[in-house]
Amino acid sequence: MVNSTPRGPTQKSGWQGLVSDLASDQRAFKNVPWGKAMMWIFLLSDIFIFACFLVGYMTVRISTTEPWPDASEVFALHIGSRNVPLLLIAIMTFILISSSGTMALAVKFGYEKNRRATATLLILTALLGASFVGMQAFEWTKLIGEGVRPWGNPWGAAQFGASFFLITGFHGTHVSIGVIFLIIMSIKVLRGSLETGRPGFLTGRKGRYEMVETLGLYWHFVDLVWVFIFAFFYLW
Amino acid sequence: MAQGEAQQHPIGIYLWVWFLLFVLSVFSYMVDYLGFEGYLKWFLITLFMLMKAGFIIAVFMHMVWERLAIICAILVPPGVLVVLMLLMAIEGNYTLLIRLEYFFQ
Repeated sequence: MVNSTPRGPTQKSGWQGLVSDLASDQRAFKNVPWGKAMMWIFLLSDIFIFACFLVGYMTVRISTTEPWPDASEVFALHIGSRNVPLLLIAIMTFILISSSGTMALAVKFGYEKNRRATATLLILTALLGASFVGMQAFEWTKLIGEGVRPWGNPWGAAQFGASFFLITGFHGTHVSIGVIFLIIMSIKVLRGSLETGRPGFLTGRKGRYEMVETLGLYWHFVDLVWVFIFAFFYLW
Repeated sequence: MAQGEAQQHPIGIYLWVWFLLFVLSVFSYMVDYLGFEGYLKWFLITLFMLMKAGFIIAVFMHMVWERLAIICAILVPPGVLVVLMLLMAIEGNYTLLIRLEYFFQ
């Protein structure tokens, strides 16, 4: 496949580059494979979904006359004889950041065509993601056991449960889907599909190592959303 | 197709960002652990959150090495969400005042 996009010194840089890229005939996003551009546009739409959830949470939290439950106490864990605030959430945060780090390295080794390292890092990322979902399931079970429901809870504003289950549930779904795709991608890497350009089972697209980067964008986005949830829901 | 091969960077920068994200997460956890209150707490939480988000987008998602066309196409539209947030904050305060006025004994 011949790439007709002008590359290298023929491309202008900076704001002039922006204008000439957007005004050019064929494709506006130079040096970006279309799969990656589409992933970015999908993530843009996902940003709006999560932002609407978080803004909705903000609105109900501002407008309720009941006191909002103190997340620091609600999500505390008993260790020995004392309560450590937000411990599980902190561990989940570190696990998700670590999985983002292994994913970034997987993308790097993918472009170096290092099959074994890429697959190992992808599987490691999937394991970290799965353990994150496991801890979230534990957290949900604990809270449901303590009587948190979407319509009420023992500590205060009824909207707490609805916001919590909606936001963390949607995020957990994203993580779970990401884990499934990580497993699929690691199988593709292991059997060499990305080197030989073997067509995919469902889409028929030829395997390329850019796919690892595109999947990486999704995974980093999941981490990115957690950064905002951690700040706004758990710490605020 | 050699397009994506532009995104090859030394391993050191990934490890550095990874480390920085850990440090920033510890900082934001400490804000809660040390029990800061009020504007200081909110300022620190927001600061660490935006720094973490910036590092993830810039380095892990390779945005700092992309051309301005895709950077603007992806990062400018979420700016309208700030407007939504401000509008809904005003609306939320208004709803609270009405509730306190008419429904709260």
